[in-house]
Amino acid sequence: MFSSNFKNNLKKNLEFFNLLPQLVLIFILIFLIYSFIINTEINLKSRNLNFGFDFLNTNTGFDVQFSLISYDGSSSFLRVYFVGLLNTLLVAIFGIFFATILGFVIGVSRLSSNWIINKLSLVYVEIFRNVPLILQILFFYFVVIRSFPNPEKSFIILNFFIANLQGIYIPKFLFVNFSSILFALLISLIGIIILKRYANKIFYDKGKIIPVIKISLFFTSVILILFSLIGQVSFTIEFPKIVKNFGIINYVGGVKLVPEFIALLFSLSLYTSAFIAENVRAGILSINKGQKEASRSLGLNDSQTLKLIIIPQALRVIIPPTTNQYLNLTKNSSLATTIGYPDLAAVFAGTALSQTGKAIEIIFIVMMTYLTISLLISFILNLYNKKIAIIER
Amino acid sequence: MQIENIKNWLKINLFSSWYYSLISIIIIYYFLLIFPKFLDWAVFNATFIGNEKSDCKSSGACWVFIKVWFNKLIYGFYPEKDLWRINLSFFILIFTISLSFFIKDKFKIYILFFLILIFPIIAFVLIKGGFGLEYIETREWGGLSLTFILTFFGIIFAFPLGILLALGRRSELFFIRYFSLLFIEFWRGIPLITVIFAAAIMFPIFLPQGLNVDKLLRVAVGIAIFESAYIAEVVRGGLQSLPKGQYEAAKSLGMGYWKMNFLVILPQAIKAVIPGITNTFIALFKDTPLIILVGLLELLGMVNLAKSNSYWLGLAVEGYLFVGIIFWFFSFILSRYSQNLEKKFSSERY
Repeated sequence: MFSSNFKNNLKKNLEFFNLLPQLVLIFILIFLIYSFIINTEINLKSRNLNFGFDFLNTNTGFDVQFSLISYDGSSSFLRVYFVGLLNTLLVAIFGIFFATILGFVIGVSRLSSNWIINKLSLVYVEIFRNVPLILQILFFYFVVIRSFPNPEKSFIILNFFIANLQGIYIPKFLFVNFSSILFALLISLIGIIILKRYANKIFYDKGKIIPVIKISLFFTSVILILFSLIGQVSFTIEFPKIVKNFGIINYVGGVKLVPEFIALLFSLSLYTSAFIAENVRAGILSINKGQKEASRSLGLNDSQTLKLIIIPQALRVIIPPTTNQYLNLTKNSSLATTIGYPDLAAVFAGTALSQTGKAIEIIFIVMMTYLTISLLISFILNLYNKKIAIIER
Repeated sequence: MQIENIKNWLKINLFSSWYYSLISIIIIYYFLLIFPKFLDWAVFNATFIGNEKSDCKSSGACWVFIKVWFNKLIYGFYPEKDLWRINLSFFILIFTISLSFFIKDKFKIYILFFLILIFPIIAFVLIKGGFGLEYIETREWGGLSLTFILTFFGIIFAFPLGILLALGRRSELFFIRYFSLLFIEFWRGIPLITVIFAAAIMFPIFLPQGLNVDKLLRVAVGIAIFESAYIAEVVRGGLQSLPKGQYEAAKSLGMGYWKMNFLVILPQAIKAVIPGITNTFIALFKDTPLIILVGLLELLGMVNLAKSNSYWLGLAVEGYLFVGIIFWFFSFILSRYSQNLEKKFSSERY
């Protein structure tokens, strides 16, 4: 009976009452697509526009205020697409990083036995979860950042961190012969993987625990120092400097984080961290108290219990919804449009679209890009999820 | 005895160890430092009376700003003499919803039908015009009422569509199944902003010449379809959580596909995922301000407009705080309500 499942299914699909709705759906879809194409042709003709992606190679003629790759008005629209994409990825990656850390801290504090910490994190979660993200972004940009001091009265921590109305300045690290460092990192990564495999084998065969983290830290630092000496790596730190121009004080050098980036990063991280915190809390709560007691009675100490028993099980519950939050953060980064941070949506679906009028092409490209990013992230995290899922025997 | 209790409570909850004590003291210190200042700004030093910006002379908040703009923030540019039409629609809505708390369970279904089928028509006629009422263009709609209109429209549109998509994704008919799957994954994979841009800018190109669909309607449908994909995934979770026996039992009673789903499966599946559905609706509610990007001004949009009015410059904090509190209030109430429902239903499952 079960072997003919597929056949049955096929037969079912071909029955009249099952076939009919499918045919109707197909017919409606074809009709819609056909009429859209016809209408588009007529509409574009009457507006003297044509469909095509040729515009990607033409000059943009506008400037972007924040870009990771070199860009000016004479660059092509393809280039501005990459500028936007990189800016989106930049804010998404840093946002995910900060949101995860904050989310875990707040999520654990939600279960703290200290009443104040407990309630404070509850208030944090309820505030940031229940207020629209777009409002938080606008608030950060128009209220918080606007209350930063003028360049003359910048908030300075020892030349490492300078904050004023124009943004935040941090030192820039400039490496000479950076490739040998990458090489060293690669070698130590391979070494660590081998060590980890070996440690696992020893653990299962003989029950001995090898301190993998300590050894690999030591190993990595030795290799890094060795390679730096051999490869003659040197680095300089470029600090932001004060420049006075016609009595106006400015900072140059170092890495300048523009206010739009800071506002977006902050609000994305805070907003998402509130959701992640709830996931973390649910994950930790989902673990039976008996697990901890069993582990203690087996003679594992507190940190071993946490590391070997609690966290691995909690992660199983935490990761799937947290993946969704990462996806949401990436998609929400498109809210950058509201404050003018030049991300993909702002610079491509905003400025480039109004310059060229190529609505269909540009919105199609932008949608497909976000779709690809979303599917990639969920694919990678699904793989990881499968790896740590319960293996039922 | 009382003091002993308090002492015990403090010891257990605040000062159980030296580092907890330290953290508690630091937090209390900062709370005492910031909170009175905030209260001073928001209440004691604030200006409530007056009709002009010049009335705000104190260092506190200028709530006059909200007061003067209040009608605009709630109703947008809706003509002043017709405001009763919006008020009446919302009165009917609130009245019917509150009525549902007082009547027997078996009549609740009629209220649901009224809200889904009849009320939207009444509200539409009232707010938009027709049947002797003056027509009012949608570009004059705005403010908090527009937020609610969009949310309500989104809910009654996205919910049925989401359920159909969820059923479609689990259907045995493979064209319907893969269509639903692609549809859901597509809408879940793109940001709402691109949907709104597409609805406002790209969609008119697809329409035959001479056919003009209102921009607000296009955007509202876009948002509703977007949210329906999320509803579909939530409902699918509920469908998957049902034991197979429920399907088999329904089939053995001779029920067909639709009867089985609507009488046996869906009522249970939806009950199981009420928190997820409410969360999606809260997300929908919080997403409505995005329409500001295509020039439609709901509550946040109106505040943005008001704060950049040259006469009222520099009052962004008051405006955003007002919007924040309103959004926070409704989202919080909704999420609490859904938690209550969940507790109530979790006892009567299966």
